[in-house]
Amino acid sequence: MQTTETSTIEQFAAQDYKFGFVTDVEQETFPPGLNEEVIARLSAKKGEPEWMLEWRLKAYRHWLTMSEPTWANVHYTPIDYQSISYYAGPKPKGSGPKSLEEVDPEILKTYEKLGIPLHERAILAGVAVDAVFDSVSVATTFKEKLAEVGIIFCSFSEAIRNHPELVQEYMGSVVPYTDNYFATLNAAVFSDGSFVYVPKGVRCPMELSTYFRINARNSGQFERTLIIADEGAYVSYLEGCTAPMRDENQLHAAVVELVARKDATIKYSTVQNWYPGDENGKGGIYNFVTKRGKCDGANAKISWTQVETGSAITWKYPSVILKGDHSVGEFYSVALTKGYQQADTGTKMIHIGKGTKSTIVSKGISAGHGQNTYRGSVRILKGADNARNFSQCDSMLIGDQCGAHTFPYIDVQNPTARMEHEATTSKIGEDQIFYCNQRGISTEDAVSMIVNGFCKEVFRELPMEFAVEAQKLLAVNLEGSVG
Amino acid sequence: MLEIRNLHASVEGNEILKGIDLTVQPGEVHAIMGPNGSGKSTLARVLAGQEAYEVTAGQVLYDGKDLLEMDPEDRAREGVFMAFQYPVEIPGVGNTYFLKAALNAVRKHRGLHEMDAIEFLKMVRGKMKLVQMDETLLNRPVNEGFSGGEKKRNEIFHMAVLEPRLCILDETDSGLDIDALRIVADGVNALRAKDRSFLVITHYQRLLNYIVPDFVHVLVDGRFVRSGGKELALELEEKGYSWLEGMTPEQIAAQPVGA
Ligand SMILES: Nc1ncnc2c1ncn2[C@@H]1O[C@H](COP(=O)(O)OP(=O)(O)OP(=O)(O)O)[C@@H](O)[C@H]1O
Ligand SMILES: [Mg+2]
Repeated sequence: MQTTETSTIEQFAAQDYKFGFVTDVEQETFPPGLNEEVIARLSAKKGEPEWMLEWRLKAYRHWLTMSEPTWANVHYTPIDYQSISYYAGPKPKGSGPKSLEEVDPEILKTYEKLGIPLHERAILAGVAVDAVFDSVSVATTFKEKLAEVGIIFCSFSEAIRNHPELVQEYMGSVVPYTDNYFATLNAAVFSDGSFVYVPKGVRCPMELSTYFRINARNSGQFERTLIIADEGAYVSYLEGCTAPMRDENQLHAAVVELVARKDATIKYSTVQNWYPGDENGKGGIYNFVTKRGKCDGANAKISWTQVETGSAITWKYPSVILKGDHSVGEFYSVALTKGYQQADTGTKMIHIGKGTKSTIVSKGISAGHGQNTYRGSVRILKGADNARNFSQCDSMLIGDQCGAHTFPYIDVQNPTARMEHEATTSKIGEDQIFYCNQRGISTEDAVSMIVNGFCKEVFRELPMEFAVEAQKLLAVNLEGSVG
Repeated sequence: MLEIRNLHASVEGNEILKGIDLTVQPGEVHAIMGPNGSGKSTLARVLAGQEAYEVTAGQVLYDGKDLLEMDPEDRAREGVFMAFQYPVEIPGVGNTYFLKAALNAVRKHRGLHEMDAIEFLKMVRGKMKLVQMDETLLNRPVNEGFSGGEKKRNEIFHMAVLEPRLCILDETDSGLDIDALRIVADGVNALRAKDRSFLVITHYQRLLNYIVPDFVHVLVDGRFVRSGGKELALELEEKGYSWLEGMTPEQIAAQPVGA
């Protein structure tokens, strides 16, 4: 506690936002603006087949008929979609890097600063990395090893080129291009992202991980990720994010689709630490994400775990469609808001199959002027006999200028459903802090200890290294929040 | 070791301590008794540095240093320990994890190396025996769901691990069954040392049969009205506080010690 964590805190304090640096790479970037021609150029740039462009254009035309949602408990100045550049990427040298040696050394340095375990570090950590640098994937490790067992782990662009039948079958099958304003925009202009396919009966031998990074000024990022676990397969996927310091708000509208077939399990973990804006709330990332999984077969299981500490605004509801009988959906979440951060996050569990089961554990922590909203909906449809849901939403307040809001929506259409809901709101206790102080523990360490204790049920769900990182993140982010 | 001079303290504008004087030498055990609400816990909390209590007059010297100037965590690191009358629960934080963080904060302050997990666990095993702590309580969250008696025992366990120099026990005996009382008292006695002093707050003479004090002080309405040797506790047990409460504090204060 004292050495490692305190020194980490000091480092962070000295560096402000540690990852707030800008990489100096020659970039090819589209001028700001959005229309069909821009989309066609984007698609051409990426060498996409005709069907992909058609899909993008369909989405774009639909998007023009939609308006931005206003129901979330977040406030921001309107986004000018014409002022965003929809393509940015390092200039290709020849036909693009074939190995790490060919990758721009500046980019490699950036990864190093971000602590991405490439080279031997990756092997030691047992992590395969598909790193997204702006819009172009520049490095993928372990692909061969995964290929041995038939697993496909590549960039979305590569998947479009090399596995068009899989992409066409599954893309939009969970989040249709008409789904919502931000998902539809993503369908039209998505830049890149990750693609995973785990074949029947294969247990993925390592945690898959990807690091996102927003680097180019005003280039909104539109990641698209698709993960498919075929019958009886298992995969655990980690997503971690950092972004450089910026003045302007940067839009991030990602889409993640998960498909778990019969007896398959997908575990998707996120630690999100994007730039939240300065102490006055200026700058920071707008994070409007659509994440959804489908349990498409009996006994399928999808588990979302997220630790959200960054972004100026977070709008995010990882959801599960429980279609297969006895399928399982889980959502474990820690959301921390401080300064002027706003988070409206939660989940949707849609019970369709018989004996389906969902668990929701949400921990919201608000400090400073942070506003934290849990918005969750559980729907038990007519055919979902003996469905069960357990929801637990706990809020912790640090100081008295922040807020916590809980909006649980429940729609039960089958009388055999069993629903349990618990909600608590607590203030971090003076008496708890004093008790720690009396044992020699500083107030800062006490706060991070108490908050980490509060979040334990969620951290337990994270892979080991991620759990450690998440705890550090919370400690750093809570610094100075109790006077 | 500890010198309290004319200490006045109030909470939310009400004066609770109305002039406390007390000198504790190294190795001494002082018992503090007194009716409910007389200010015993307040005195303990003021010494430990709880913010809600405002010192309005007086002075406290600890090893010659101004104790009231120090932050609560620094007092703890300097060796002031308070076993809480109502130990606080910290959900999700393991007892051992907590205690290791505490011990290392203390050790660091004292210029000792910080213990790693292996070293710490080895040391902890020995201390557990001292208060016959159940192993399962080590891994559970701090005080969460502990029974009243388990919480009290845990406080003494913390004390044994942290090895403080001034130990303030606030009604550690209440809530303990007879066997547990004995065990805890034995634990405390094992920790008695030439350079370690105790302030033992209690309502019951029974505890003082086990932890034999050098002095007994009776606190009524924010003042010590009587001080004496261990026999004062026996006398109190026999006659009750009404024996002292029949008089105004001024009358009591005017009486010679031991009258
Ligand atoms: N935080 C507080 N706010 C308001 N009043 C307080 C506070 N703390 C103590 N008091 C009051 O101060 C007085 C002394 O309380 P204290 O806890 O010191 O008594 P005590 O001698 O320890 O009693 P007991 O034997 O019941 O433990 C009581 O009247 C109590 O209500
Ligand atoms: Mg008391």
